[in-house]
Amino acid sequence: MTVDLNGVVLPLPVLAAAGCLGTGREATLVDLHRLGGVVTMSLTLEPRKGSPTPRMAETPSGLLSWIGLQNAGVEAFLREDLPHLQRVGVPVIASVAGSSVEEYLRVTTLLQNRPGIVALEVYLGAPDEERGRGRPFHARPDRISEVVGAVARMSRLPVFAKLPALEPDLVESARACVRAGAHGLTLIDGVPGMAVDAERLRPALAAPVGLLSGPAVKPIALAAVYRVAREMPEVPIMGVGGISTGTDAVEFLLAGAWAVQVGTAMLVDPAAPVEIARGILAYLKDKQLESPAALRGRLRLGREPS
Amino acid sequence: MKRVRAEILSTRRLGAYHALTVVAPEIAERARPGQFVSVAMPPERSFLLRRHFSIHHASRRGGWAGTLEFAFDPQGQGTRWLAEAKAHQFLDVIGPLGKAFAYPTRLTNCLLVAEGHGGATISFLAQELRARGKRVDMILGGATQEHVFKPIEAKRIAQTLAVATVDGSMGERGTVLDLLPRMLEATGAQVLYAAGPRETLRGIAEVCLERRIPSQMALEERMACGMGQCFTCVVPVVRKDGSGYDNLRLCTEGPVLNPARVLWDRWMGEQPALAPTPPEGFPVVRSWPG
Repeated sequence: MTVDLNGVVLPLPVLAAAGCLGTGREATLVDLHRLGGVVTMSLTLEPRKGSPTPRMAETPSGLLSWIGLQNAGVEAFLREDLPHLQRVGVPVIASVAGSSVEEYLRVTTLLQNRPGIVALEVYLGAPDEERGRGRPFHARPDRISEVVGAVARMSRLPVFAKLPALEPDLVESARACVRAGAHGLTLIDGVPGMAVDAERLRPALAAPVGLLSGPAVKPIALAAVYRVAREMPEVPIMGVGGISTGTDAVEFLLAGAWAVQVGTAMLVDPAAPVEIARGILAYLKDKQLESPAALRGRLRLGREPS
Repeated sequence: MKRVRAEILSTRRLGAYHALTVVAPEIAERARPGQFVSVAMPPERSFLLRRHFSIHHASRRGGWAGTLEFAFDPQGQGTRWLAEAKAHQFLDVIGPLGKAFAYPTRLTNCLLVAEGHGGATISFLAQELRARGKRVDMILGGATQEHVFKPIEAKRIAQTLAVATVDGSMGERGTVLDLLPRMLEATGAQVLYAAGPRETLRGIAEVCLERRIPSQMALEERMACGMGQCFTCVVPVVRKDGSGYDNLRLCTEGPVLNPARVLWDRWMGEQPALAPTPPEGFPVVRSWPG
């Protein structure tokens, strides 16, 4: 079940998505040994306290949340969380965030030459305090290129850029990331969403707009993966968005993903990644295929012959 | 933390609430008052997240050994589904989760205060305190008598029991806060424990601070995973040395906290992001003095 993302070799095609495993130390019910990799929560230079509460609301087939980048900072991660992941031996993809290009760079620098970290993922949903007046970096194509380019030039590790689905031209932005030096892409970031408590005349989240995840966003994520993969079949894509079963994962692989990440499903069922990997394996056996890579691009287009 | 397939042994109404008893020996063995369990929802529904319930009882001995009881207000779609679940159905239960109440070592007189379904949490604690030879007095409250959690059981466990309801249908008309000063004096309370809505807990916390009574409270915040993974259920809590505060996860570092360390304004204020650092700095609160 090994997958090779153009040099980033993972034992399984199923990873834990950013911010869904806590620090990795307290998740005693998630079997880290049986993950293809762990994407860390997004790391900033200094500790961040994150958003006020309420930070979450349940919506139909979805989870709406806004954490506001709460994390203990990259140095605390290296000191306290990484050693545990290294002992387990699971490949680590560190998620990089910041409020300025410089912060992204400084976080990137600190993550170099650390055994166990196999790649970086650039989170572009962080508020751009430098030039974007607090709007996310991914709201402006030029800022996407600047951040991804800066991180990729600084990093000796392969860099994956995580993009949302709903910006003006996803394929163009994906191309810009690759031109700027991204090794691959993670598709998609959460979808902006809102919930309202009419009884109390309040938004359900303090933020008040959050990110929607879970099965509700799966079709959006699939379309994003499909569109980008068709244009850039040589670029490794990690698909993420509402994957909770082996069949969901197979759909992403067929649409063009090289591997998948599991987020919300793992919050509900800590064993979900293991079940999903098992489901992929069963599907491969059934179709007599060798590896997950054999599924890529197998999506049959055009009309079903009758 | 264990994950089990737990059979529902009994399901019944308890006034405004609903109580389920499930067979979960691995969890019951370890469960302590203040801790909670999380229950998975049926996979084919549109509500995905697990529901979290404070443990009301965990039987380790006797005919009910290995069973676990929790209670809830069936107001949401998840809790309504659970209230309709039948005996012998199986639930996916994870627990025990979170940190439990600390028992006093030196002090003996404990006043336990609960409003609404907070009574479920507090009655488990009352039994454990009694088993340790402590004096237990209780104040229970709720909107109506239907919302006063198991007053007969409380009467049996507690040395004295005071009840307040907003509509006056049981005990005195008012809230638990109205009864608090009188009960503190009458019982010679040295330690206070509380559970219930955050507004009530905040009021109790102020009284405790004023009178320098060590206290612990089980707090509630909207929670997605319950296992420390998602960082949604945070509460701002002052560091022990007063050097600032941290947003701590109630599922992992709570739900039981020392209310003297909770930054209530920052947590519950209208504009929490703008809540200033108190001019006198953060209070230094040493560890549990009970």
